[in-house]
Amino acid sequence: MTGSSSRTEVLRRIRAALGDRPEDVPVPRDYLQEHGDRTPQETADLLAEHLADYRAHVHRAAPADIAGTVARLLADHGSRTAVVPPGLPQEWLSQVAGVEVTTAGADITARELDAIDSVVTGCAVAIAETGTIVLDGSPDQGVRRITLVPDHHVCVVRAPEQVVAAVPQALPRLDPARPLTWISGPSATSDIELDRVEGVHGPRTLDVVLVSAAV
Amino acid sequence: MSGTYLGLPAFPEAARTSTKDAQLRANLTHATHTIRAKRAGAVGELADWQGLRAAGAAIKDHTLRHLDTYLEQLEAAVTAAGGTVHWAVDAADANRIVTELVRATGETEVVKVKSMATQEIGLNDHLRVEGISAYETDLAELIVQLGDDRPSHILVPAIHKNRSQIRDIFRTAMGEWGRPAPDGLSDTPADLAEAARLHLREKFLRAKVGISGANFMVAETGTMVVVESEGNGRMCLTLPETLISVVGIEKVVPTFRDLEVFLQTLPRSSTAERMNPYTSMWTGTTDGDGPRTFHLVLLDNGRTDTLADTEGRPALRCIRCSACLNVCPVYERAGGHAYGSAYPGPIGAILTPQLRGTADALDASLPYASSLCGACYDVCPVAIDIPSILVHLRERVAQGGEVVTAGRRTTIKPAKGHAAERAAMRAALVTLDHPVAWRATQYLAARTRRLHPRRLPTPAGRAWTDRRDLPQVPAGSFRDWWREHEKERAGRTGAPARDTGEKGGAQ
Repeated sequence: MTGSSSRTEVLRRIRAALGDRPEDVPVPRDYLQEHGDRTPQETADLLAEHLADYRAHVHRAAPADIAGTVARLLADHGSRTAVVPPGLPQEWLSQVAGVEVTTAGADITARELDAIDSVVTGCAVAIAETGTIVLDGSPDQGVRRITLVPDHHVCVVRAPEQVVAAVPQALPRLDPARPLTWISGPSATSDIELDRVEGVHGPRTLDVVLVSAAV
Repeated sequence: MSGTYLGLPAFPEAARTSTKDAQLRANLTHATHTIRAKRAGAVGELADWQGLRAAGAAIKDHTLRHLDTYLEQLEAAVTAAGGTVHWAVDAADANRIVTELVRATGETEVVKVKSMATQEIGLNDHLRVEGISAYETDLAELIVQLGDDRPSHILVPAIHKNRSQIRDIFRTAMGEWGRPAPDGLSDTPADLAEAARLHLREKFLRAKVGISGANFMVAETGTMVVVESEGNGRMCLTLPETLISVVGIEKVVPTFRDLEVFLQTLPRSSTAERMNPYTSMWTGTTDGDGPRTFHLVLLDNGRTDTLADTEGRPALRCIRCSACLNVCPVYERAGGHAYGSAYPGPIGAILTPQLRGTADALDASLPYASSLCGACYDVCPVAIDIPSILVHLRERVAQGGEVVTAGRRTTIKPAKGHAAERAAMRAALVTLDHPVAWRATQYLAARTRRLHPRRLPTPAGRAWTDRRDLPQVPAGSFRDWWREHEKERAGRTGAPARDTGEKGGAQ
C-alpha cells in the first residue's frame, strides 16, 4: 500500500474494530505517590542505599568537598582524560590535576569520546526508591553521547533539592521535549541465565557524588 | 539468521521434542526459578502493587477505546518535533517502508536495539534479502544471531542457552561477523559480556542507521520510550544519524504522566529490578544530540483484528514484561521455540492466534498450550486474564465463527481435528437431556466396565488418550449407591428411604 492509503486503512480498521462502542474506563489514580514517609535526609539515605544495590559507588560530600571528591575519583580510576559538558560548574574541577579535560561541544564525535576515560556531569533529578539518576541534556549534563561512550561516569547529585522519593514525583520535574536518560547503576545485563552482571556497553563504573550540607 | 516461523510444527509436536531435551529443561528451570523469587521480592516492596496494576490496565483499556484519536495525536506531536510518521498495515508494508528508508541513506548496515515488533515482522531476514546487514546489539539477541538460532523468550531471547553454550557460540561465530572473541574466553557472564562489548563497539561507532522498537509512545508529547539494561539501546538511539523505530500501534499511552505507572510495574515484572539500568526518552529530533533524522513506523499487522474481538482485545494491553513466561509450568517445560512465534509463553498463546488468525495448525494449537493454572494472570502487571482468553480462543478454534481477519469480517470454520470432539459433545447433550437414556447409559457402562479399553480408538480418541488414562467407570452409579444406602438406613433406623429425585425427571 502507499503511505496515505495505509494510514487510512489502519484508522478505518480501528474504527470498525471499535464498532461495539466499548464502555470507557476511568483510570484509578489511587496508587501511592511515594512508598513510605521519610524526611529529606532519609530520602537521600535511601537513594544512596539503592544506588549501591545496583553497584553504583556512592560518595557523600559536603558542598565544599565536591571538587576534592571529583579529583579523587578521577585519580582513583586512573583517568588521564575526561570530558565535561559546557555548563559544568568550573569549581567542581578546580582540584583536578594531571587529567586532560575536554569541554564537549555539540560537535564532539563518538570516536573522540571513545578515547576519553571519564565524564563528569550534574543531573536533573534523582529518584530514591528506584536508585535512579535522570539526565535531561541541560548545560551541566550535555549531549547524551558524552555520558555513554566513556567507561567511567562521575555524576554529582545535590540533595535534597534534586532528590525525590518516587517515580510519580520525578515526571512533573522533567520536560519531555528534552532528550531524557534515566540511569540506575552502571550498564548491566540479565541475558545470561537471567542473572544480573554489571558492565556491558554503557559506562562500567558509575560514581555518584551525593552532595548534602548534612554530611 | 533463521528468524522465520513459517512451516513450524504445531505446539504438541514441537513440545514433544523440546521436553526431551534435558539440557534445555535444566537451563529453563534454572533461569525461570531464579527470576521468580526475585520478581516476588521486587513486587513485594510496593504496597500499592494492585493499585498500579489496576491503573495500568485502565490506562491501556482507555487508550484502546480511543486508539484512533491517540494515534492521530501522536502523529501530530512527533511531526511537530521533527520526526516523520509512517503507517504499516502489515509486515510486508512495514518491511518495505524500512527498506526504503535505509536505502535512502545509502547505507547497507544497520545496528538494532532488541525489538519484538521487528522480530514479529521478520525484518532482519527481509533486509538481508535486500542486501542490508542488520546487526543485533542486545547481548541475548547477539547470541541468537551468532548461533543462527531463534529467540525463545521475550526478555531474554537466549534463555535456552547456558553460559558454556554461549561461550562456544562466541568462539565459533564472532569472527565471521566482526571482531573475534578474545583468546581463552571463559564462560563467566562477566567475560562473556566483555566479549560482546568489544565485538560491538566498532559497529556502534561506525553505524549511520539505527533501528529500534519502543516500549511506550506518548500521544500528548510525541515522546518515545525505550527501556533497556546494557546501553546498546542508548548506542543505537543516539550515535547513528538516522533512527527508524518500528512500533505496534497498541504501544501508545495518552500522557507523559501515564509513564509513572508503567515505569514502576515494567522493570519489577521483567528483570525484577526496582528500575532497569537505562531508559531513553526522546521526542522527535534534537539539534546536536542524537539522530538528525527520525522515522516512526506505526505497525498494525493484526492488532486491529485483535481489537475487533471484544473478548480477546485485552491481550493488546501487554507491555512485554515476560513475567507470565517465567511463572508458566508449560513454558518452563516446553521452552519458547515450541510456540512458533516471536511471542512465546502464555501471552504468545493468546496474542499469536489473534495477530495471525487460527488458520494454521500451529496457531490453532496455541490456545491449548496451557494447563489454565492462572499463574500468568496473577503476575500480569496489566491484569490480562490470559486463562479466560485462552478458553475463548479454544472455543473459536473448536467451533469457528465470526472473526475479523486483515480488516475484514469473515466466518471461519471449526479447525480440523475437532469434529470428533463436537460429535461426542452432541451425543452427550442428547443423553444428559433425557433421564431414561442417561440411566440406561450408566447401567450399561457399569456392567461392561471390564471390557473398556485403556486407550481410545480412532485418531481423535488416540490424541486424547496418548497422554492420559481413560477414567475407570465405577462398578455402580451414585444413584445405585444412594438407593442401597437409603435401604440400609431405613432398615437400621426405621425412617422412610429418601428417593433420588429421579421421578421428577430432568432438572
